[in-house]
Amino acid sequence: MNVLIYLVPMALGLGLLGLFAFLWALRSGQYSDVDGAALRVLSDDDIEH
Amino acid sequence: MTEALDLSLYTKPAGDGTLGMELAVEGIACGACIGRIESAVKSLPGVTEARLNYTNRRLHVAWADGAVQPSQILKVLEATGYHGHPFVPLRAEKEEAAEARRLTRCLAVAGFAAMNVMLLSVSVWSGNVTDITPETRDFFHWASALIALPAAAYAGQPFFASAWRALRSRALNMDVPISLGVILALGMSVVETANHAKHAYFDSAIMLLFFLLVGRALDHAMRRKTRAVAGNLAALKADSAHRFAVGELVSVPVAALKGGDRILVKPGERVPADGTILGGNSEIDESLITGETARRKVASGAAVYAGSVNYSGALTLKVTAAGGATLIDEIEKLLEKAAGAKSRAIRLADRASRIYAPVVHLTAALTLAGWLVAGASLHDALVTAIAVLIITCPCALALAIPAVQVVASGALFRAGVILNAGDAIERLAEADTIVFDKTGTLTLPEPRVANIAILDPGLLQMAARLALSSRHPLAVALSREAEVRMAFDGAVEEPGQGVYAIIDGVEARLGSPEFCDVVTENTSSASAICFRHGKRFGVITISQKLRLDAVDVVKSLRERGLDLRILSGDHPEAVAPIARALGIEYWQGSMKPADKIRCVEEWKARGSRVLMVGDGLNDAPSLAAAHVSLSPISATDVTQAQADAVFLGERLKPVLDAMVIARRARVLMTQNLWLAAIYNAIAVPVAIAGAVTPLIAALAMSGSSLLVTLNALRAGGRTP
Repeated sequence: MNVLIYLVPMALGLGLLGLFAFLWALRSGQYSDVDGAALRVLSDDDIEH
Repeated sequence: MTEALDLSLYTKPAGDGTLGMELAVEGIACGACIGRIESAVKSLPGVTEARLNYTNRRLHVAWADGAVQPSQILKVLEATGYHGHPFVPLRAEKEEAAEARRLTRCLAVAGFAAMNVMLLSVSVWSGNVTDITPETRDFFHWASALIALPAAAYAGQPFFASAWRALRSRALNMDVPISLGVILALGMSVVETANHAKHAYFDSAIMLLFFLLVGRALDHAMRRKTRAVAGNLAALKADSAHRFAVGELVSVPVAALKGGDRILVKPGERVPADGTILGGNSEIDESLITGETARRKVASGAAVYAGSVNYSGALTLKVTAAGGATLIDEIEKLLEKAAGAKSRAIRLADRASRIYAPVVHLTAALTLAGWLVAGASLHDALVTAIAVLIITCPCALALAIPAVQVVASGALFRAGVILNAGDAIERLAEADTIVFDKTGTLTLPEPRVANIAILDPGLLQMAARLALSSRHPLAVALSREAEVRMAFDGAVEEPGQGVYAIIDGVEARLGSPEFCDVVTENTSSASAICFRHGKRFGVITISQKLRLDAVDVVKSLRERGLDLRILSGDHPEAVAPIARALGIEYWQGSMKPADKIRCVEEWKARGSRVLMVGDGLNDAPSLAAAHVSLSPISATDVTQAQADAVFLGERLKPVLDAMVIARRARVLMTQNLWLAAIYNAIAVPVAIAGAVTPLIAALAMSGSSLLVTLNALRAGGRTP
């Protein structure tokens, strides 16, 4: 079972990565307008009319 | 004369040479509006940033200082088809945003820790019944400790801080047993792990924090959402005033007015601030202040109050400094007394925790003593006592009421009721007597055409289109009622008289009887406006009208066993027909603010729980004195600040919905408390017997939390 010695910390490290990604997203305001984000993705603002 | 618009009150320097402004935007209907608004505003030269928050309908604009006038931004929005209302975000709103971010961070940390500790715990539980080696178990327990201890230290802060505050003021709240449970569970688990024990409770402690944070974060999000809507509505309501600057008239937001300013109030406008009249004659409608619908003639030297409507002539006012007006003074004095005397109703959750916390702590202490007396070792007795603290997990109890509150305030929000006070739902549910104000509460805030049924529709349509060219409040009421949009070309307004235009080659006139050459018998309560087109003419009476659904709502409320009454500041002759139409037996007219308070206090002393519904400045003190209060969104600011909840729209149904939802929520809260009590009655004996393992603790905790949460969802059901 020695494999656990490095597998468990690795799993935790990956989890922490996810946690920090979420905290970063929160800090950069990505959760301040959740309704708007769902609609912005539909607009074709990159196409010149 | 074109008028400059001064919005400097709302702009804020960002520090890098740009200015920023927040706008509440009206008229956003779909996702396409986002692009339309942002690109329209960005097309202005000098604008560096335009970002619309679709969730709370707010636009943030930034521009290089001096490159654009803020009023240009409003004009561009207007041209695109939206109305922008600048506002300064309230301090409370900013603090709540910070608090929400803090809660979400705590929630994220607790969620991460709960998932990972659970992963390790499940391995230990299944290992304990199979062939896990003690070394592997210790490794898993130490790994759990490594995750759980820092996570609990971070994510538990909201609970620890609140518990500490309560203890310092020598009180107990729900956070005390929560904090104690978490700290003891973690401490015991570390000691047990060091002793190579089979069981550790890291998962219980961290899961408890996670569940409670979910409840708290949802509660907070709901409150922020209603707060944002309320903030937008306030921005929409904020009028501008015309202030005399050197040689010109400048349009400024009302909030920028100071004592001593000279302002102009045009006919048809609301008086923006208390003041004394320097010049001009007019009639003003003070129904929002006193509840009286008859208009008062005012001239130079008279005092007028914010919220009254100027009818006939332009007035020049000198704004009086706060505290200068006698009426406002009197009302403020009454308000202070009423708010001070208002017995703070003890909330259901506080009452529950006041019983719960001592009982739990006593049970744990007795368990410890009992096991010691029975001859168990100190270690075993202590472990069992701590297991009691963990299993009586305040989880279900702490979620029982907030979960219902979140769902119920969401339902109220959809019904058009915005809560001001946190415990308003409980107090609403307790009300057994409803006292209505008449003007603006039972009746619509704006006057309506009363004799629409007997008027010639063609003539009315024409009169309404002519009315569009006038700012007179009666004309505004007429054009709103007929829902016309096209004004006649070349219509001319004679101030204080009426409007005339040539329609189909014949002169049409709308205005006073003399102006239109019409003879009428003067009706008492209603105001008359005449229309003549060639030989055809009509008299249109305009008066206060009941809210559309008032009769039905009053009937439903009575069927629910509520005692309904009317206290109005208006004359008894004006109140009687309304009371008759609604079938309300108890009513009084000509009530002064002090009279209203006296009545409310009297009924309170007789044991009635009074719900006061009112909108006028004269209602504000009695709103504060009543057990619970509601006011329509058209109410004055002072009044709204006193109300426990504000309702939107032209109907009275939100009052009924509020009662129905609140009563249902109250039933569910009690049910949830009983569910939690029953759960404890089953779990505690098991814990005292010393038979609780971490697996049982985890199952019981999740099960009971899920049960109360699911039950709480029923608070959001349909209203009649």
